[in-house]
Amino acid sequence: MFNTALTWNDLAFLAQGAGMTLAVTAVAVTAGTLLGILFGVIRFQLGPYWAAPLTLLLDVFRSVPLLIQLVLGSAFQSIVKLGWGAFTTSGVVLSLYTAAFCAEIVRGGISSVPVTTRRAARSLGMTWWQDMRYIVAPLATRVSLPSWIGLTLGVMKDSALVLWLGLVELLRASQILVTRLQEPLFILLICGAIYFLLSFPVARFGGYLEKRWSPND
Amino acid sequence: MIEIENVRKSFSSLEVLKGINLTVDKGEVVTIIGGSGSGKSTLLTCINGLEPIDSGRIRIDGTDVHAKGTDLNKLRRKVGIVFQQWNAFPHLTVLENVMLAPRKVLGLAKDKAEEIAVKQLTHVGLAEKLKVYPNRMSGGQQQRMAIARALAMSPEYMLFDEVTSALDPMLVGEVLDTLKMLAEEGMTMICVTHEMAFARDVSDRVAFFHQGVMAEIGTPDQIFAMPQNAETQKFLASVR
Repeated sequence: MFNTALTWNDLAFLAQGAGMTLAVTAVAVTAGTLLGILFGVIRFQLGPYWAAPLTLLLDVFRSVPLLIQLVLGSAFQSIVKLGWGAFTTSGVVLSLYTAAFCAEIVRGGISSVPVTTRRAARSLGMTWWQDMRYIVAPLATRVSLPSWIGLTLGVMKDSALVLWLGLVELLRASQILVTRLQEPLFILLICGAIYFLLSFPVARFGGYLEKRWSPND
Repeated sequence: MIEIENVRKSFSSLEVLKGINLTVDKGEVVTIIGGSGSGKSTLLTCINGLEPIDSGRIRIDGTDVHAKGTDLNKLRRKVGIVFQQWNAFPHLTVLENVMLAPRKVLGLAKDKAEEIAVKQLTHVGLAEKLKVYPNRMSGGQQQRMAIARALAMSPEYMLFDEVTSALDPMLVGEVLDTLKMLAEEGMTMICVTHEMAFARDVSDRVAFFHQGVMAEIGTPDQIFAMPQNAETQKFLASVR
């Protein structure tokens, strides 16, 4: 059907790019989620007034375009002579970006647990930590999961912007092939299909968890 | 023994407890009646330290509940409380709801905690519901589960905060029967309630609260047959 110059080697090149996309996303989502949980809990515990400085900082990461954050982050690390490579810089910036959104999701999840339920837990002699671990965490996770899946899928696509720091991820790999083979439509179609294949399992896994948990609510 | 001495408590400018004195002995059942906003529920949450107090003192077996060095988590093991809203943990089965605190707070092994939970759930008539999630049960069943959950910690004192107020009238009886059973078993209980017949049946003493003050306290016969305080008389006339 297609008369294409694309070779198996080129496909392998795209697959490598996809691997980079996955690696950057995995780092950002893992670190970003852990940080986001920490920030979210701090924001909830401190309340709006005392958490204001943190909230402001997170708002900066949520509102400045990611591309600008990446470029500034890269410039910053070279000025301060941190000696980070493109992957580390990308990972750090994307993690903070993810954490800023995740913190809001976590805070919302914690707020959704009724105060009276938490009171019942504490009245049984549970400590703050036990209440968080056995009551708040499972209930908040259920509420937050759909937003968190959305965030993960978003970060996977946003991670394409790290190409500006010189990383050859899926989109950059496609661009290189397009420049060489001059078959933009076909190659971008493949590129899009690969993004879909990467995202689909995540989305379905989220759906599966939601279904599994829903009969108990 | 629970000793409440001259306890005062305000929510911002509203003083809800205006110097409450009450001593509850081991094995005694005291019910607190009174209109809404009279401070009766607040007193219960102060007794197990869920709410701080402004002044006065509450001691449980000699331990000052609101003193700085008091380990409230430890103290709460011996003072169970059940609320108007039963507050089931929705992500856990009935059995798991009851097992959680014995396992995590008392550090019991799983089979030991399960044994206790099954015993308490059987006690309140929920032996058939062990694997069910709370949202699959009626309010009365969930409230009995909450009672079993508190009892699984083997508390020495139980506080009941209007435990039947949020229930359909047809479900009130099963919960009150559970409370009666506990009273007959000798549990030390403080019950805030609007169920006058229940208060008359199970109480050793009945206290009437009015606008943050304990207006009158006495045996059920004294309070229900010959109330001395004008506000008590008015209240009882209105609920009859």
